[in-house]
Amino acid sequence: MVRPVARAGRPSRVLFDEISQAIGNTPLVGLPSLSPEGYRIYLKLEGHNPTGSVKDRVAKYLIEQAEKDGRLQPGQRILEPTSGNTGIALAAICTPKGYPLTCVMPENTSDERKQLLELFGAELVFSPANEGSNGSVRLAQQMAGDDPALFMPFQYGNPANPMSHYETTAPEIIADLPEVAAFVAGLGTGGTVTGVGRRLKQWNPDVRIYAAEPEYGDLVYGLRNLDEGYVPEVLDLSVLDSRIKVDSLKALTMTRRLAEEEGIFAGVSTGASLEVAVRVCRRLPEGSQVVALSPDGGWKYLSTGAYARGNVEDIAARIANTLWA
Amino acid sequence: MPVVRIPTVLRKHTDGQAKVEASGATVREVFEHISTDRPGLRDDLFEGDSVRGFINVYVDDEDIRYLDGLDTPVEPGDEIAIMPAVAGGAPGRPGRSA
Repeated sequence: MVRPVARAGRPSRVLFDEISQAIGNTPLVGLPSLSPEGYRIYLKLEGHNPTGSVKDRVAKYLIEQAEKDGRLQPGQRILEPTSGNTGIALAAICTPKGYPLTCVMPENTSDERKQLLELFGAELVFSPANEGSNGSVRLAQQMAGDDPALFMPFQYGNPANPMSHYETTAPEIIADLPEVAAFVAGLGTGGTVTGVGRRLKQWNPDVRIYAAEPEYGDLVYGLRNLDEGYVPEVLDLSVLDSRIKVDSLKALTMTRRLAEEEGIFAGVSTGASLEVAVRVCRRLPEGSQVVALSPDGGWKYLSTGAYARGNVEDIAARIANTLWA
Repeated sequence: MPVVRIPTVLRKHTDGQAKVEASGATVREVFEHISTDRPGLRDDLFEGDSVRGFINVYVDDEDIRYLDGLDTPVEPGDEIAIMPAVAGGAPGRPGRSA
């Protein structure tokens, strides 16, 4: 029988008592074809987590920290505005632990996500489609205000979110690639770049941290006024060396190249981070090794048509208002 | 001339135009130029001498906070993009700021 080869500081056994122990320790995979000449980009494949995304790490910390703090009581209902990976990750953790979960999401959320959430036992509450995710946050806050019995982890403002990356994601990168020169991750809640960035810079202050910011179509930015803008509380902008936006076409093109040239099937936000990783290589000394984080695989985006045959520009335009993660 | 991309929420100041051309050698000069005849746009863009907190400005896709801020140089063919600060598909947490 072939046993997995132990990486630095890791157990060689992959036997667990229950599924949440299988969160983390994801592979870090080199990209020989897509890396610019003289550089090597490695992709941390968070799609290998139990529910298929980096949010398993976050959900585990959100729940376990609330349990330790005494903010979450046995059997208490949990409420979170989410239409994506965080909801699915929370649902998988909450159900076996006996916490009922309510996810508030826009009514036009994809069927894949609804099916997964319902399979894991979550209750779904829909907010108006034309209010986007903004409407989900508003409705969830209103529900939490009306019912003090509900517990809302709120990943955008909960320090357990960046802590999960500070304590797990970053140490894994350091163990696997101690010579890492730069780290790139997408900007959503800001938890990944903040948590990984702080830990990597403590370990080596010369490590550069870059955020890949998704640039969506106008619909996503349908604010009535600028006062509705929002910078998540957990995002520490001082950790970043730069923030680079990536539009749907560039992100999708790179995501499809990743499948075609490296054999890796990832979500569209992975392409955005990879685009930034390629761009920043030339700012680093030749021979530098760069880590980009792939938040998830492409499975939950198949129904968007992102990977279908056809003109990539047309497909990118069609998915410009689809949230990537 | 550099082109400024205007987000939907600010197009009330540009007769609905998504892109506006304006001269200037820095982001500040370009913004001054496009705001000259649009006082409402100036009020929405600036808070005192700085760009308002809920606005992100990019030159060649890069956030000017990590370049030279409003003094970031721009070339004639550059695109300056103004984007509202949103995060992770949650365009806002109404009534809250960071």
